[in-house]
Amino acid sequence: MAETMQLEIFRYRPEKESVPSFQTYEVPFREDWVVLDAINYIKDEIDGTLSYRWSCQMGVCGSCGMMVNGVPKLSCAVFLKDYHPNKIRIEPLTGFPVERDLIFEMNDFMTKLKEMQPYIIRKEGEERSLEEGEYIQSPAELAHFKQYSMCINCMLCYAACPVYALDSTFIGPAAIALGQRYNMDSRDQGRDARQEVIASHDGIWECTFVGECSAVCPKHVDPAAAIQRAKVSSTVDWFKDVLIPWGKKK
Amino acid sequence: MSTYHRPVSNTWWLKQKSYFLFMIRELTSVFVAGYCIFLLVLVYKLTQGADAYGNFMAALKLPISVALHLITLIFVLYHTITWFNLTPKILVLYRGEDRIPQGLVAATFYAGWVVVSIIVAWLVLGV
Repeated sequence: MAETMQLEIFRYRPEKESVPSFQTYEVPFREDWVVLDAINYIKDEIDGTLSYRWSCQMGVCGSCGMMVNGVPKLSCAVFLKDYHPNKIRIEPLTGFPVERDLIFEMNDFMTKLKEMQPYIIRKEGEERSLEEGEYIQSPAELAHFKQYSMCINCMLCYAACPVYALDSTFIGPAAIALGQRYNMDSRDQGRDARQEVIASHDGIWECTFVGECSAVCPKHVDPAAAIQRAKVSSTVDWFKDVLIPWGKKK
Repeated sequence: MSTYHRPVSNTWWLKQKSYFLFMIRELTSVFVAGYCIFLLVLVYKLTQGADAYGNFMAALKLPISVALHLITLIFVLYHTITWFNLTPKILVLYRGEDRIPQGLVAATFYAGWVVVSIIVAWLVLGV
C-alpha cells in the first residue's frame, strides 16, 4: 500500500463558525511533493471547500506563505519528505486577521507599503526626461542595495516578527527594508519623504532586533539588517541636527 | 465579512528556541545596567574614605557577592557575544562591489575585546 501522510489544517468558515478549528487530511506521500502539492491534492480530490492562496509554485509570487509546524514558510518551497512520517500542522501566517481557512487579510501590509513610497523619487526639477536617457548607476552602487530589492512581498517576515504580532501598528520588516532599498539607491532623492514614516513612532524604533524576519526570508533580503542600518542613519541625522543645527541635512 | 484575530499568548517566547534566546539577550541588559550602577557605587565608596571603601570591599568577598558576580559575568558574556555576532549586519562595509566578509567584521570586534582585556589585566595584575 502506498505511503500516506497527515496534514492538520486550520479551518475557519465565518458563515458557520465563530472560532477556528483544525481538520486532518490524509494525503499520499511522495518524495517530490512540496506542502503546496499536498494542499492542492486535498482541494482537488478530498475537500473542495478548503481555501488558500497560491500562484506560481516556484518561489517567485510570494502568495503561498503559511505557518508550517509553527514556522512561516512558502508552502511551494518546503518538501513533505522533510517532515515525513510526522503530521504537518498548517496555519495561516501569524499576526494577520484570518478571512477564511488559510487566507488572511493583507490590507494592513498594502497600506504600509504604499506609505513607504517604494519607488524612485527625484527632487523637483531634477527628473530626467526620456530624451535625456536613464539614470546611470555603477555596479558598486547597485551592490549596496540589491539584496533589499529581492523582496517578493510574501509577508513571512511579518509572521515571524513578535513585535508585529503584539502591536500591528509597527510598520514591519518588509516595508522598512523596501524603504531602505530606495534610500540606498544612488538614483533616488526621496529619503526625507520616507524618513517621516521610517523614523516615526511606529517605524524602526519599534524593532527590538529579534532577527527572525531575516531567518525566515526565502529571498535572503535580511530586513533585520535593513532596519538596524536605518536606525544608524536616523541616529546620525539626529546628531547632525543637534551638533550642527546650522548645517543642511543631505 | 468577519475576520478572526488570533490571540497572542504571554508565553509566545517559550515556543521557539530563537525567541527564547532573544528574550535571554534582552534580559542580559538588566545585568549590564546593574553592573554599571555597581561600578558607580564602588567609585562613590572610594570618595567616602578608606573605611567605607574597605567595608564595601569586605562585603564583596562574601559568597553571595561572589555568586552574583559570577552570574553577572555569564550574562554579560552572553550579551557581548550575541551583540558582536550581530554587529556585521549593521556595519556593512564594501570594497568596490564586494562586501567585506561578515566574519572579518565580527573578528575585528573580538580582537579589540582581547586587546582591551589584556590592557585591563595588565593594569590590575601587573602593577
